[in-house]
Amino acid sequence: MFSEAELIEIEKIKKRYESPQSSLLPVLWMIQEKEGWISKDSMSYAAELLNIPYEYVLGVVSFYTMFFKKPKGKFHLQICTNVSCMLRGGYELYKYACKKLGINKEEITSDGMFSIEEVECLGSCATAPMMQVNNKEYFENLTFEKFDELIEKFKKEI
Amino acid sequence: MTKIILKDIDDLNTLEVYEANGGFSALKKVLKEMKADEVIEEVKKSGLRGRGGACFPTGLKWSFMPKVTDKPKFLCCNGDESEPGSFKDREIFERNPYQFLEGTLIACYAMGIKTAYIYIRGEYYRWINIIEECINQLYKKGYIGKNVAGSSFSTDIYIHKGAGAYICGEESALMSSIEGQRGYPRVKPPFPAQFGLWGYPTTINNIETITNIPEIINRGSKWFASVGEPKHPGTLLFGISGHINKPGVYELETGTPLMTIINEYCGGVWRGKSLKAVIPGGSSVPPLTRDEALKAKMDSESLKEFNSAIGTAGIIVMDQDTDLLEVLTRITYFYFHESCGQCTPCREGCGWMLRILRRISEGKGRMSDLDLLISVADNIEGNTICALGDAAAWPVKWTIRKFRGEFESKIQKEEIELPNINKVHSIRHTDYYT
Repeated sequence: MFSEAELIEIEKIKKRYESPQSSLLPVLWMIQEKEGWISKDSMSYAAELLNIPYEYVLGVVSFYTMFFKKPKGKFHLQICTNVSCMLRGGYELYKYACKKLGINKEEITSDGMFSIEEVECLGSCATAPMMQVNNKEYFENLTFEKFDELIEKFKKEI
Repeated sequence: MTKIILKDIDDLNTLEVYEANGGFSALKKVLKEMKADEVIEEVKKSGLRGRGGACFPTGLKWSFMPKVTDKPKFLCCNGDESEPGSFKDREIFERNPYQFLEGTLIACYAMGIKTAYIYIRGEYYRWINIIEECINQLYKKGYIGKNVAGSSFSTDIYIHKGAGAYICGEESALMSSIEGQRGYPRVKPPFPAQFGLWGYPTTINNIETITNIPEIINRGSKWFASVGEPKHPGTLLFGISGHINKPGVYELETGTPLMTIINEYCGGVWRGKSLKAVIPGGSSVPPLTRDEALKAKMDSESLKEFNSAIGTAGIIVMDQDTDLLEVLTRITYFYFHESCGQCTPCREGCGWMLRILRRISEGKGRMSDLDLLISVADNIEGNTICALGDAAAWPVKWTIRKFRGEFESKIQKEEIELPNINKVHSIRHTDYYT
């Protein structure tokens, strides 16, 4: 799965830690970056690469919420509904987004563009409500209008 | 108002400006003039206490690290920052990253540490990139790596990216996560200073705590101890959110009255409404009623009077129309979701509390449910490996105690027959691959 350059990168990462197994999280991040999610095959590959049991890798992947266990849409929208966001309209935004896109949690739009998830506090409490996209960029101080604009913008990016 | 971290200097986040404003003078001072023990002594005298919620004296923590040992030693900087209502570390990464990294280097020198890990939550993609770039700069400039700033001291700093788990902010779970495991907290003792990362001596400090260090060295422990409340000196980065006009992060001295923060700095409760309740230190600490908020001063000692705590200084303001049952249910859902599942009281108790709160929301509550909730909370508190159990129990216990009338008003008068459901849950053990 990994290229020569990526394998060299992994060797470098391994040197940062006292045990090879410690590079599991960075390796899983690299896999997800490449594939968009972490499949059973990817987990076997990571297990082999670091010489640890597959079951161990499965245990780690299933523990952390940011590792995707299923494929997501091209734009995976993560809307925070924790208490600070809730007080400023996090749920309203989440429900609006679900309705607009016609999907619920764990679902992907039929064109494969969008998927949605309700997430726990992302440390954006003063700029609520907010949304993270694809585990990366934050979009803060959202309103329904701003959300609509973002969706249009994403559609054009493809 | 004294500023220690978020100073009013433009572009302080660039290395040139940081150096031009006295940056790395503290590091050079300790490398040239101070022995490691003297640095620890200075931090002890400053009275600096951890900013991650437990308020443990930092100098004392550092002194627990073995002085003479042939084992490697490690420092972990805790930037997991997942407590709802807390968003201060990202402000440090964004506005004063080099002071944080200078503090990290000084801490490494003081404890004789050659490897430091900065644990940053995976969601902070943008801030991870910022710190990564800063570290690269400092390697190039010779501040990190072999022979720090031309001295005989060498140290490396690495970022470890989390992957979405609140529990990894707990120090022993954080170590599990760095070791590439599920983020399970560990039983203490042994404490990390004896048996930490890979069994070696380790110290874990919050990002804000570490960022205070260079200023303590530069301006002296006496000065630092004189800022704010004597028992909890220095400044705090207050993160204010919820029903407030000007939410954001404000650096203010400890002991600042809560209402001064709300009214003078944050423009008061939004939409001209009045205050109902305030959570003073992130979602896990007991809330304050309006009357308590009027009297409260924001430091760890003063808040004890109201059975609350300073936590991470994440202040959540709630106006008169807030439904506290809804708030409490949401907070409880969070802890239910984030419980790692190791200890039965926390894993199952959070689920029980959530189900009881939800049935009250659905209008199926019984008057005895309120005492039942407090009883479940009492049986979680203190009976778990880590403090997540306590963090889940406190809001339930104290919100009900302090606002009992509001909860009682949600419960219908006549008794309701309930089906007997007792489903065992463990969300983080669910196999998603079925």
